[in-house]
Amino acid sequence: MTDLTALTLAEALDGMEKKLFSSAELTNAFLDAIDKANPKLNAFVVVTADRARSQAKASDAKRAAGKAGPLEGAPLGIKDLFCTEGVRTTACSGILGEFTPTYESTVTANLFRDGALMLGKLNMDEFAMGSSNETSHFGPVVSPWRRGNDDAKLTPGGSSGGSAAAVSADLCLGATATDTGGSIRQPAAFTGTVGIKPTYGRCSRWGIVAFASSLDQAGPIAKSVEDAAMLLQSMAGHDPKDSTSLPNALPDFRAATKRSIKGMKIGVPEEYRVDGMPAEIEALWQQGIQWAKDAGAEIVPISLKHTKYALPTYYIVAPAEASSNLARYDGMRYGARVAGKDLTGTYEQTRASGFGREVQRRILIGTYVLSAGYYDAYYLRAQKVRQRIAQDFRDAFTTVDAILTPATPSASFALGEKSADPVAMYLNDIFTVTANLAGLPAIALPAATDAQGLPLGLQVIGKALDEESVFAVSAALEKAANFRAKPSKWWM
Amino acid sequence: MNRLAAAYKPRPMSIDEKTVRKVAKLARLALPEERVAPMAAELNGIMAWIEQLNEVDVDGVEPMTSAVEGLSLPMREDVVTDGDNPERVLKNAPKSEDGFFVVPKVVE
Repeated sequence: MTDLTALTLAEALDGMEKKLFSSAELTNAFLDAIDKANPKLNAFVVVTADRARSQAKASDAKRAAGKAGPLEGAPLGIKDLFCTEGVRTTACSGILGEFTPTYESTVTANLFRDGALMLGKLNMDEFAMGSSNETSHFGPVVSPWRRGNDDAKLTPGGSSGGSAAAVSADLCLGATATDTGGSIRQPAAFTGTVGIKPTYGRCSRWGIVAFASSLDQAGPIAKSVEDAAMLLQSMAGHDPKDSTSLPNALPDFRAATKRSIKGMKIGVPEEYRVDGMPAEIEALWQQGIQWAKDAGAEIVPISLKHTKYALPTYYIVAPAEASSNLARYDGMRYGARVAGKDLTGTYEQTRASGFGREVQRRILIGTYVLSAGYYDAYYLRAQKVRQRIAQDFRDAFTTVDAILTPATPSASFALGEKSADPVAMYLNDIFTVTANLAGLPAIALPAATDAQGLPLGLQVIGKALDEESVFAVSAALEKAANFRAKPSKWWM
Repeated sequence: MNRLAAAYKPRPMSIDEKTVRKVAKLARLALPEERVAPMAAELNGIMAWIEQLNEVDVDGVEPMTSAVEGLSLPMREDVVTDGDNPERVLKNAPKSEDGFFVVPKVVE
């Protein structure tokens, strides 16, 4: 039999429907693959093997009874930011201890409603704060990719590094992820996978551990644009439990991946050509532009002139919201409590020992920019610059249907290479963070490999609520790129 | 990437150690004395990089308070929709007793 783990989600569902194999067989194949790979990659922090096997059996029965859901029997990985009932959820932070939710996040509940099953919880940067997975309480994820024959450990990116590594290494058919500044798209770009952050509000944030509430969005990491569309279809949808959840009906995302892009206007923003960007990234971008032209799209130069201010804006807005959201971790109602000399001392000790360094740094920045006397100078100003950035996009979208950019300013880097310099690490998100600030849908897809054999990604950004154009353009680029590179499975 | 990072050179220090201690207190984070100075340096590096926002003309710009245009917060009837689950609420408590959270003594 062919290697079941190498199938795309669409292929696997098709294979089960044609009775070529069962969900039980598929699930066992993934559990075996996880057993072999996880000691080296550290992608999963919890493996729910028994639960997955019993869910697979139930799925097979449902399919046999003609009651298969759209994702029936598909084994997925779930980022540890999503609360999963009865399964430890820690956001990969020490402060949550052995927290085991008594409820299910809306996004995972939607996936399970449609028949998907969970293989386990995926590693990530602590509270999704990081771009290399090095801030995880459970240690970094190691990328399945290597630079040629060099065995240096590379980062799969972050914060959804476990999700990206697991999909790339064929440890699941697809995975949930979240994106606050690029946490779906940067790891997807680093690992040769597809990741989409939908319009803010498409996916309910209910039951997802909060980082920065006005920026956080869930989305899938998948093996193809079509797979990403199918997963998003199930994950998204209105949820009364999240007041920012959009009431708009969901279009057929999978159908959008089959659309022609002939006659579409695709914007290319000059400001994304940043100083110090490697020639390979520039070449990839030009190649992407050519592919879009070949598919019949019209390329339109555009200007997003506040782009350079997006990251500094983000590093006020996100820490401010995080410092407020993370105030709840006081050791009283859940998580690990560390006693101090009095109540305040207990709070201070609990938080100092439970939060990692990057999280503490961001809480302090957030507290500082919100503190008396600084609010106007920092937070209010940042929200105004954010409006400028969003306005740039609104202006651009009066003339174009979608925007094409590189996904990241570099390929994956080695673990430890950037962890000493927070600002150098933050610059990873330079091309992705704008879509979070403006609330827009954006996808990263693999387009080429660099001279060392590492994946490089392109990004397509769309209008608010227009994921369909994003899927159409990215599917056309995916077809043209015909990206077939896979990691060598050196861990086997 | 180093050249990219160099484009955002930090400017001189503005957050002193006293401010770091004050902010850590506000955030309820115990910060050991030996970490105060390094943290001040780290925060200054980040804040100096953020200072470039002062170049942007924001006169007359409304601050962006919602990521989605035109979406007003929905209202619902002010009625209880959930609850009566003390066991579930307390399930992850570090310490609980008789259906209550047990916390350190607050009032002397």
